[in-house]
Amino acid sequence: MTLKIKIKSSLQIFLILQIFLVCKIFGQENSDCMTCHEDKTLKGTRYGKTISVFLNEKILKGSVHSEVDCIQCHVDLEGSDFPHDENVKRAKCNNCHDDIQKLYDGSLHAKAFSRGDRLAPICQDCHGAHDIIPVNNLKSVVAPINVPYLCGKCHKEGSPVQLQRNIAQTHILENYSESIHGEGLLRKGLVVTATCASCHTAHEILPHTDSKSSIARKNIANTCAKCHAEIELVHRKVIKGALWEKEVNVLPACVDCHQPHKARRVFYDQGMADADCLTCHEKKDLRSSENGRSLYVNYSEIKNSRHTSIACSQCHSGVKPSHTRPCDELTASVDCASCHTSIQDDFEKSAHGILAAKQDPNAPTCKECHSNHNVLGKLDPKSPIFPINIPTLCGKCHREGEKAAVRYKGTEREIITNYTESIHGKGLMKSGLTVTATCTDCHTSHKELPHTDPASSVNSANIAATCGNCHHGIQEKFEQSIHSPLVSKTDKKLPTCENCHSAHKIKRADSEGFKLTIMNQCGNCHKQIADTYFDTYHGKVTQLGYTKTAKCYDCHGAHDILPVENPLSHLNRKNVVETCKKCHPNANRQFAGYFTHATHHDPEKYPWLFWTFWGMTGLLVGTFVIAGLHTLLWLPRSLKWRRELKRRQEENNNQSQLEDNNNAGNPDTK
Amino acid sequence: MPEIPTQNKSEKEPHIVRFTRLNRTLHIFMIVSFISLALTGMSLKFSYTGWAVFLSHLFGGFESAGYIHRFAAVVMVTVFVIHLVDVVRMKKRELLSWKELIFGPNSMMFNKKDLEDFIDSIKWFIGKGERPEYGRWTYWEKFDYFAVFWGIFVIGSTGLTLWFPEFFTLLLPGWALNVATIIHSDEALLATGFIFTIHFFNTHLRPEKFPMDLVIFTGRIPLEEFKLDRPQEYKELVEKGELEKHLAEPYPEIVIKAIKIFAWTALAIGFSIILWIIYAMLFAYR
Repeated sequence: MTLKIKIKSSLQIFLILQIFLVCKIFGQENSDCMTCHEDKTLKGTRYGKTISVFLNEKILKGSVHSEVDCIQCHVDLEGSDFPHDENVKRAKCNNCHDDIQKLYDGSLHAKAFSRGDRLAPICQDCHGAHDIIPVNNLKSVVAPINVPYLCGKCHKEGSPVQLQRNIAQTHILENYSESIHGEGLLRKGLVVTATCASCHTAHEILPHTDSKSSIARKNIANTCAKCHAEIELVHRKVIKGALWEKEVNVLPACVDCHQPHKARRVFYDQGMADADCLTCHEKKDLRSSENGRSLYVNYSEIKNSRHTSIACSQCHSGVKPSHTRPCDELTASVDCASCHTSIQDDFEKSAHGILAAKQDPNAPTCKECHSNHNVLGKLDPKSPIFPINIPTLCGKCHREGEKAAVRYKGTEREIITNYTESIHGKGLMKSGLTVTATCTDCHTSHKELPHTDPASSVNSANIAATCGNCHHGIQEKFEQSIHSPLVSKTDKKLPTCENCHSAHKIKRADSEGFKLTIMNQCGNCHKQIADTYFDTYHGKVTQLGYTKTAKCYDCHGAHDILPVENPLSHLNRKNVVETCKKCHPNANRQFAGYFTHATHHDPEKYPWLFWTFWGMTGLLVGTFVIAGLHTLLWLPRSLKWRRELKRRQEENNNQSQLEDNNNAGNPDTK
Repeated sequence: MPEIPTQNKSEKEPHIVRFTRLNRTLHIFMIVSFISLALTGMSLKFSYTGWAVFLSHLFGGFESAGYIHRFAAVVMVTVFVIHLVDVVRMKKRELLSWKELIFGPNSMMFNKKDLEDFIDSIKWFIGKGERPEYGRWTYWEKFDYFAVFWGIFVIGSTGLTLWFPEFFTLLLPGWALNVATIIHSDEALLATGFIFTIHFFNTHLRPEKFPMDLVIFTGRIPLEEFKLDRPQEYKELVEKGELEKHLAEPYPEIVIKAIKIFAWTALAIGFSIILWIIYAMLFAYR
């Protein structure tokens, strides 16, 4: 019985196979299908939706499947009658691509699809349907150059997959496009660069937690090494040249240092090749054969510097590792701009940079201020650019008598000495206050320009903002005041910070020296008003060298000087009594009417003062003329009278002498 | 010529007393307060000169100079008031009526003789007459005397206004302070200039008294000198027979020496102030 059945079923299988074979050879031709599907208006139903089932035969002919029959993919339609059933099954790829189908079936995507996840991609979602073109055609959606866009359809930030599914990484596409790989591919068009598929594989995409995944921790080194085959050689320090693939559990994985989608051309611990340089350069007697200068490098200096993780060859670029002496062809000097580009841009615009471009021997370059190997950060007290050391650093050239001071023909002399005595200098050098303004705070570090240059930080148009970097509150007040170019539109020169405070001799505003000179500063422009100030009590006392009486800014304000008609002005009618009360607690409205800038030389403006003065002067002159004349007339008479008196005195004396002589004869009187 | 007492003449020349002890004391206080006021005041008036700065610092700054100035002002006004009280007491003592006090022969008030003396003096100056016979008080002394009344009133009142500006501006406009400043300072300049030149000359430096007349300090003048200087007064005293009453012995040498040191100091300060004012007015005026 069983045997019979067996034979019967074998026969049946054979027959079925026969039919299949015949069908394959003699089945429907593509032209049969096209009789209907070349109709542009042809509609069909898929999953309840009406769609166009028109097929442009040209597209099919241009695809990789041009020689493939329709029914080889649409297998369910084989042998069906026309018009075939509406419910057509999905085209099958595994008839030909069985191996790939198997890889796909194991993947994350396939599992999601079989769970019924509508967002899970199948073959067509990535490769297309009838329009599949060769992968080496750059227009192919799966050509390497297009892969990030293809995967990005679902994995870019904000897409439904990224939002609704549990994806461990974020900003995948952005990060990739900025990574060394993305840059190579997308900006430099390097199609051999790693794309998504290079690491994740094309079809067998698995989460990194899956041990079979190409990005599983134990596999990652292999995956990366597909391209970075000899990466171990340059990773001598971390892995001591060992093979990642052999000891994946011990060694850090690639992604530990080079983040998955952010892999940069960043060497996490660089300078492993420095040892090669040091084989020669750590010898203290190493000298240039050209000019005999020492080529010894104190490696500990570099290791303690800001460049501790920068390799020799990154600055001394152009070394050839393939040479026995990699630096044998090295001629170019170090170019800091290869990393510090924006600083170099500033420097080139600065007075220093312009001189340097002219090959001026006095011009400072990077190393004059920062030194060469011992580059320390500005926070390191040992660094020449640590705030407290900056005046000394700049003073190397700008101290009186040094080369920059000799070149400089402007009015600022003794810059370093004056600065040291200034409030900033004392704060920095004596009080050790490192936030105090140093040279570079006003002149900038790399873009210092003469004050005449409109781009200079110390140009009169920019100085308020420069000082405002620290004195912001003052800047705000000043910019509202009558002295600000934002308020007063005038051709006359408006004062800026340094006109009153000076550039390098800035004093404490409450110091006597400052208080007494400020009047002259105001008087530079307000001459008449300053002169008349000195004619009144406040001015006279100030002139005696005392600071306790009202000076310009006590009444007018310092930085917030406003026109009197402004209600905020200290001298506005509303406020002036209060202003007087600062010193005169019982001041009243009439008291405030005292002329603090009065002169008795102006009969128009101050008739009372003018006439009082001349009245008093008349009295004085009159009295002196009369009394003086009287005295002068008296003088010659008085002289005569003196002689007359003497004469009479002598007469008297003679008389008394006589009497004395008489008395002398009498001893009793003695 | 009346008899001159000859007792002890060989040792001590007889002196006649012209000033009471109180008057002399008041004059000393007057000198000290006046010089203090002048120095502190001028240092402010001529604040643009180096001398002013030096002086102001010498007085311990403008604040303490101000205190000294006001203290001296109070002293001077007190001197003035004491003198007035003294005049009234004298009136009572000597049983004088107000008329006698003011218009009597020894009064400080100007009278007909002063006018005659003045005219005769001018005549004498221009060689058209003899030296007038001056009496108890000469017209220039009376002028100096009343100048103090004027000065105390003008400088004192304006000074008071400037001392209490917050109070006085309740009554006066603010510019009155400016006017008061001008009056105070210019009247002070007049007073200082007058005292240290005209007064100094009239009383001390005129050749017959040169270098100085100590009578205001000692109160005494040698009788011989008195006779020649004030013939009219001498005559009157002799006629009334009161000469004896006014005679006194001179002060011992040591007292004279002390007085001279004080007087020379005051004189030197006064002249220094004059030189300083001239310098300030000519070379630094603004």
